[in-house]
Amino acid sequence: MTTTTIAGREVHVNDEGFLTEYDEWDETLAAELAQNIGVEMTDEHWAVIRFLRDDFKTQGETATTRRVDTVGGFPVKKQFVLFPKKPAKKMAYIAGLPKPHGCV
Amino acid sequence: MKRLLVLGAGTAGTMAINKLRPMLPPSEWQITVIEPSDVHHYQPGYLFLPFGAYTAEETIEPTDRFIPDGVTRVRAEVDRVDADANVVYLVGGESLPYDYLVIATGTSPRPDQTPGMDDPEVWRKSVHEFYTFEGAMALRETLETWEGGRLVVHITEMPIKCPVAPLEFTFLADAYFAEKGMRDQVEIVYVTPLEGAFTKPVASQLLGHMLEDRKITIEPDFMIDQVDGEAKKIVSMDEREVPFDLLVTIPLNMGADFIGRSGLGDDLNYVSVDKHTLLSTKYDNIFAIGDASNIPASKAGSVAHFSVDLFPQNFVNHVNGKPMTAAFDGHANCFIESGHGKGMLIDFNYDTEPLPGKYPIPGIGPFSLLKETELNHLGKLAFRWMYWNLLLPGKELPLPALMSMAGKQTDALERV
Repeated sequence: MTTTTIAGREVHVNDEGFLTEYDEWDETLAAELAQNIGVEMTDEHWAVIRFLRDDFKTQGETATTRRVDTVGGFPVKKQFVLFPKKPAKKMAYIAGLPKPHGCV
Repeated sequence: MKRLLVLGAGTAGTMAINKLRPMLPPSEWQITVIEPSDVHHYQPGYLFLPFGAYTAEETIEPTDRFIPDGVTRVRAEVDRVDADANVVYLVGGESLPYDYLVIATGTSPRPDQTPGMDDPEVWRKSVHEFYTFEGAMALRETLETWEGGRLVVHITEMPIKCPVAPLEFTFLADAYFAEKGMRDQVEIVYVTPLEGAFTKPVASQLLGHMLEDRKITIEPDFMIDQVDGEAKKIVSMDEREVPFDLLVTIPLNMGADFIGRSGLGDDLNYVSVDKHTLLSTKYDNIFAIGDASNIPASKAGSVAHFSVDLFPQNFVNHVNGKPMTAAFDGHANCFIESGHGKGMLIDFNYDTEPLPGKYPIPGIGPFSLLKETELNHLGKLAFRWMYWNLLLPGKELPLPALMSMAGKQTDALERV
């Protein structure tokens, strides 16, 4: 586990740059994370990210694209428009959450 | 008399009842297993059926052969579980009360969940799967007379049962067409929702190279939206299109529908359990074993095997009010057929990805991890005998349930 400086703050990240401490995240940080991967945040983006944050709090794991669709109400196609090519990974990265498993 | 009810006599359920029966005194415990099918399929054999390498008979045995004395089998389908009332309702209306419930109903391919996939115009004609006996046999028939073209091997969404099987199928297809002298008439494309050939970095890199060496194109990050059978193409959520002449897909995998109806499952009908003990996170008298649970491990026979090695003692402790001391680590051990009489082996768990080395004896083997050898292939073939004669009857295999780091080359991680 290493630390890095994002938005002027030191935060813990894993080797892929994903935040590892839920509570080190805030929206200022998220905006900079989004910028790192070329995502311009709009209200729609924020709505998805806030869903992911809240869902993680109750479930203890990152929502899959399927769950973001069925529970969050953001269709998978929409997720691909908002977070092109790799929505699952990009959403988790911006939301400061671990990559969703399912990939085992 | 306490009543243990087991739902499903597949790999995990059958192993569990064979191990639990001798541990639970017959004077105190009644064990019942609910299983609608009269035949038990050797599912790893489905991979070989399409290429004619196994006969149908080699992959089938009667279910009852593996039900031990002292266990009652009920031939029925489950309609739903009322977990608050401790009752299982069967299709047809009969109900069975229980004190403890073990859910072992596995996971199944669901082509109905992707638009166009099970369209009768194309299903089992130009669009196939090999995760069911019927599917594997239909694909065999198609392959026998197929004249070549573009073969697309496709994974719908993770997790799937036996996550290495699509790669094995691809390697075996490459070898099959080469042996038929028609490899140059076949273009093979591997389409996956993952970023690369496999889920874990070291293995993914190696398997990616193996695809490249065989001139197989990989189409990563592909999340399917629909199958267009008429135009013979699959279309992704971000509007990418992959044309095919023959599509071999791994449909979405889901747990049994009754799990969803009973409010016991997640979005894919997998039962939420503690990943070390397999005890339900909601009910203190329900366990889920094998593919039916939501543990973040591969859905594979080896995972069912290793976890069911630990489960019975935990179960006995739990029903006697003692702590469950055995913690499952997500151990998986999978042979990967690579074609032309060779195979690889991978060994991993929740925390450690597949690494090169020797297995099961460090430095000696005889099996080689993450390396193509003939012995690995023979190991895979020998496993069928072990499955019927040792594994299902609940006998000990000379393999440790928990993964060991001995014999693994950890420096491989740094080379990725």
